[in-house]
Amino acid sequence: MSAIPTVPELQDQPWHLPSRGRIGMLSLIIGESAIFTIFVVAYVFYIGKSLSGPTPGQVLEVPIFNTICLLSSSITIWLAERRIERNEIKAFGLWWGVTIALGVVFLVGTGLEWYKLIYHDGLTISTNLFGTTFYSLVGLHATHVVIGLAMLLLVLVFTLMGRVTEHHAERIQVLALYWHFVDAVWVVVFTVVYIVGR
Amino acid sequence: MADQTLPISGSVDVTPPHAAAGTFLERLHGWVVTVDHKKLGILYVVYSLIFLLVGGAEALAIRIQLMIPGNHFLTAATYNQFFTMHGTTMVFLVGMPILFGFANYLVPLMIGARDMAFPRLNAFSFWLTALGGLLLYFSFIGGPGLYGMGAAPDVGWFAYAPLTAHVFSPGNGTDYWALALIVSGFGTLGTAINIVATIISMRCKGMSLLRMPLFAWLMLVVSALTLVTITPLTAAQFMLLIDRYLGGHFFDTQAGGSALVWIHFFWIFGHPEVYVLVLPAFAIANEIIPVFSRKAIFGYPAMVAASVGIAFVSLGVWAHHMFTVGMTSVSNAFFVLSTMLVGIPTGIKIFNWLATMWGGKIRFATPMLYCTAFVFQFLIAGLTGIILSVAPWDWQLHNSYFVIAHFHYVLVGAIVFNIFAAIYYWYPKVTGRMMSERLGKWNFWLFLIGFHVTFDTMHFLGFLGMPRSIYTYEPNRGWNGLNMVVSIGAFIQGVAALIFVYNLVWSYFHGEVAGNDPWDAWTLEWATPSPPPDYNFATDPEVKSRRPLWDLKHPDDPDWKYE
Amino acid sequence: DVAQNTPSIFAPSSTPSNEIFHLSLFVLGIVGGIFVVVGGLLAYAVIRFRARNQEDDTEPAQIYGSNQIELAWTVVPVLIVVVLFLTTARMIFAIQDAPKPQSALDVTVVGHQFWWEFRYPKLGIVTANELHVPLSSTSDPKPTFLHLLSADVDHSFWVPQLAGKTDLIPNHPNDMWIDPLHPGVYVGQCAQFCGIEHAKMLLRVYVDTPEQFAAWVKEQQQLGMQDPHVAAGRHVFETEACMNCHTISGTDGRGTFGPDLTHLMSRDTIAAGAAPNTPQNLRVWVKNPDDLKQGSLMPAMQLSDQQLDDLVAYLSTLH
Ligand code: HEA
Ligand code: HEA
Ligand code: HEC
Ligand code: CUA
Ligand SMILES: [Cu+2]
Repeated sequence: MSAIPTVPELQDQPWHLPSRGRIGMLSLIIGESAIFTIFVVAYVFYIGKSLSGPTPGQVLEVPIFNTICLLSSSITIWLAERRIERNEIKAFGLWWGVTIALGVVFLVGTGLEWYKLIYHDGLTISTNLFGTTFYSLVGLHATHVVIGLAMLLLVLVFTLMGRVTEHHAERIQVLALYWHFVDAVWVVVFTVVYIVGR
Repeated sequence: MADQTLPISGSVDVTPPHAAAGTFLERLHGWVVTVDHKKLGILYVVYSLIFLLVGGAEALAIRIQLMIPGNHFLTAATYNQFFTMHGTTMVFLVGMPILFGFANYLVPLMIGARDMAFPRLNAFSFWLTALGGLLLYFSFIGGPGLYGMGAAPDVGWFAYAPLTAHVFSPGNGTDYWALALIVSGFGTLGTAINIVATIISMRCKGMSLLRMPLFAWLMLVVSALTLVTITPLTAAQFMLLIDRYLGGHFFDTQAGGSALVWIHFFWIFGHPEVYVLVLPAFAIANEIIPVFSRKAIFGYPAMVAASVGIAFVSLGVWAHHMFTVGMTSVSNAFFVLSTMLVGIPTGIKIFNWLATMWGGKIRFATPMLYCTAFVFQFLIAGLTGIILSVAPWDWQLHNSYFVIAHFHYVLVGAIVFNIFAAIYYWYPKVTGRMMSERLGKWNFWLFLIGFHVTFDTMHFLGFLGMPRSIYTYEPNRGWNGLNMVVSIGAFIQGVAALIFVYNLVWSYFHGEVAGNDPWDAWTLEWATPSPPPDYNFATDPEVKSRRPLWDLKHPDDPDWKYE
Repeated sequence: DVAQNTPSIFAPSSTPSNEIFHLSLFVLGIVGGIFVVVGGLLAYAVIRFRARNQEDDTEPAQIYGSNQIELAWTVVPVLIVVVLFLTTARMIFAIQDAPKPQSALDVTVVGHQFWWEFRYPKLGIVTANELHVPLSSTSDPKPTFLHLLSADVDHSFWVPQLAGKTDLIPNHPNDMWIDPLHPGVYVGQCAQFCGIEHAKMLLRVYVDTPEQFAAWVKEQQQLGMQDPHVAAGRHVFETEACMNCHTISGTDGRGTFGPDLTHLMSRDTIAAGAAPNTPQNLRVWVKNPDDLKQGSLMPAMQLSDQQLDDLVAYLSTLH
């Protein structure tokens, strides 16, 4: 019935296109990277331009533990991805849970850091340029961690309800892609804020 | 020619036009909850056309004020709000959404898909965009209310810091500006993601990337460019709001912040943005010019390469808006070169259109009239762009009416002209009826005359030293006569716009029934009934060349033999 | 005399504007040539390849492209761009990086929301809105170098007949120069949107012969006039808030928010060109600045008619 010239050679050739979920997520990541780039550029440009203290060198401590947690969560989520492919739901749930836990630890760590900066060092977003750029950049990243965690949690809830199967592997991997991105961004933020800028 | 029945998958099941059932409320509800790419496309286009009238009305107010020196039609404050709202409206509430509207409606049809990749995201994006528009216009009644025009933004569409800081812009105008654009920016981001995913992942069998209609190619390029273009603006606007609400210092020059950083960020967005606006206009020309010249597009691969090239180069030219901010001579020279380089791929496009027309049998129906004018006007606009890229000359012309003339030549002479072309061309597909050719000719010639009377004249005002953004001027500057002419032209354009609206409405009820393929065209959307059914194609189509319908109509001489 | 008042970029009167003028003719020639060729071909195609016979349903020959042709119309524009770029770059360096001669006059320009402050650091002069510079000539070059600052938002200094514009940006000092070759008054205005009264931030540059300039400098270097006949007005000035914003040397007025008024009467206009400097206009201005310039940053001081009369009498002595 299809009268658009059906081409014999075509019909036996399989017609494969990339998954729209992955393409969509990659596009989102490209867009988000542009947002982060602008904030990072602003941070770098304003390093050392504050007219008053405190300076990063005086108040920032390198969050090694935090960083280890966040980066290892990329590994645990990767392990979870492999498990769901093989339909090992229990193991998947476990690694997924660990990922969330590591993310939460990171957030708590950031919270403690900010508490110290605000109440002990008197550095707020309006104190000086350093405060403005620091809270904006780190806060932007933390917001992404929060959004990521919310989505991870949703998946965890569905897993616990027994609603997740290997059919969802593709979607879960797309979500994991976002989490990997959030981790990768931290590498940049960490380098810029705690190494270059300190 | 019209309505030859093509034995094509989509035509198996024909939904009769105007047969949407249900009460008015039910139908309205249907539009609000729809996730169908065609309905969303129509919503986008209607939304933009309404704002085109609103933005146009603001332009008319501007022109009344500038018609004579020392006029008192608008106060200084209102004028500043009007030119800011005019520019912001035209770029963000007309240009972007209308082009996304066309992409939404046409891309799935052209690539033989049943819908966009993410239909619900699509609906969500539209409503975000709509919310952004409402928020922006709510500013007129927010704050101290309609009297004194409320809190409408008055800082120019470029909103240079530190004028936007709390000390210099108290009140909420700037907040509305930033917030509305952040909201609609997220809508834009969503749609761009959707279009990219649709084009990459939803093409019908046989439609390799190099068999896609150029329209789809350009929409892919535009959407990819949008991903990295609109986001820097969103980021910068977040910074602005942090400054205004949380006491941040990003652009606070008193605390070591930099005004230049905003200018850079804005144009890192702003320059690619103008190509985001113009590439869809190219996309429209790429479909219309071949069909009405009755020839295949000349140099398809070169057209694709040029579009991708334009997008890439456009990311590295932003500081040509900043020749007067005091960059080093080396930076100035660098941005002169990168800017001039854009002329090369753009030239390739113009030459390929010319070569497509060359040796054809050109039928000057209204869509082709608009496209032909587009090519002429874009040529001139591009050349005035080259003039502006000559930095020393730009030291004179920057922020003068010459710049206003340059960019209206593109934004109106190229983009609005092609929007009209597109509407005349695809209206039959969308509604099942032709638009009146007689009104179309009136519409075209009046708009053409009005356009040239207005914007040709503006160039000379620039040469005579008239700056932009001024609500009044001295009578002895030698600008009086020219300003009067510019304003008269604007009103001629206004009349043309009204004819256009009338034609849209009249033809919906009285237009000639169109049939599937009134223009004897070649891309897949013309294989579906007019209007297309919800699912577009009853069975998934397969294609073998860039012009599947040409192959069908010319079985003895199909395209795939040559490609 | 319209020619005088129209700030046309095609009537240059100083080296930078003149160089730009010649460059612009060259560029205009090139883009004009491109327009004639491409536009001509387009017009020819439209006329020649129009479908004449509506009944004729046959399709024209289908031509899909040609690599040679694509190459040709890539290479030719590349060559044009090379020429344009080299010419432009030469001019950028010539104007922007021109060395500053010993004989140059230095002026610091400070942009304020809706008026211009001019400081001559070596001459000890402060004035507003009307810039006086000496005539320059090829035999006796006397260029003026402007150092551009801003007190608040972005502005842009533009007197088309003398030079292209350069922005005044807070925290980002810029420089530009002019060497006017003909005496006279040159008009221009702020060219960067800077708020509600951006339209009335006008500029006047007085190019003086050496004698005129010397006389002007001498006058500006004197202390403010102290005429006992207008003591009442002076009293108003010193007791109302005027002093907070304005300086008049020889009084306690040291404000810098508004223009220096010490030699107010040496200026032809008030409020950055918003009105001619006449006693009537001064009175209107001081009574309610918004009547001449809606939204200027000087408040209406709610003075009585008597106070206004006295004040205007006093201001009128400030030569
Ligand atoms: C869709 C919109 C659009 C498009 C497509 C363009 C295209 C171009 N623009 Fe334009 N521009 C704007 C919209 C656009 N512009 C806007 C809105 C502003 C002002 C914003 C504001 O300040 O508010 C602006 C301002 C602007 C400036 C800054 C002016 C100033 O403020 O001082 C400059 C300077 O270089 C410039 C240059 C160019 C160039 C070189 C192109 C090129 O892309 C043109 C290329 C095309 C051609 C050159 C013609 C065809 C080519 C040939 C026939 C080949 C042969 C030609 C050569 C070899 C030269 N534009
Ligand atoms: C797509 C973009 C677009 C379009 C289509 C237009 C269209 C027009 N523009 Fe616009 N313009 C901009 C984008 C655009 N402009 C931008 C970005 C700026 C810079 C802003 C800034 O500096 O911040 C600008 C600035 C600008 C200025 C400079 C203001 C200043 O600097 O002081 C002027 C002055 O003449 C002007 C005029 C016009 C005119 C006469 C039209 C005409 O083409 C309009 C023709 C009229 C219509 C098409 C509508 C007709 C409507 C009716 C008949 C009434 C219907 C009534 C209702 C029911 C509501 N524009
Ligand atoms: C709050 C600050 C402020 C006060 C108080 C103030 N002025 Fe002004 N004045 C200004 C500013 C700012 C301008 C420049 C306005 C402009 O051009 O936009 C100005 C301009 C002027 C001018 C025009 C100067 C010129 O060369 O163009 C005169 C004259 C003047 N003021 C006189 C007065 C007198 C007299 C008083 C007191 C009765 C006074 N001002 C009080 C801020 C002030
Ligand atoms: Cu100062 Cu515009
Ligand atoms: Cu640009």
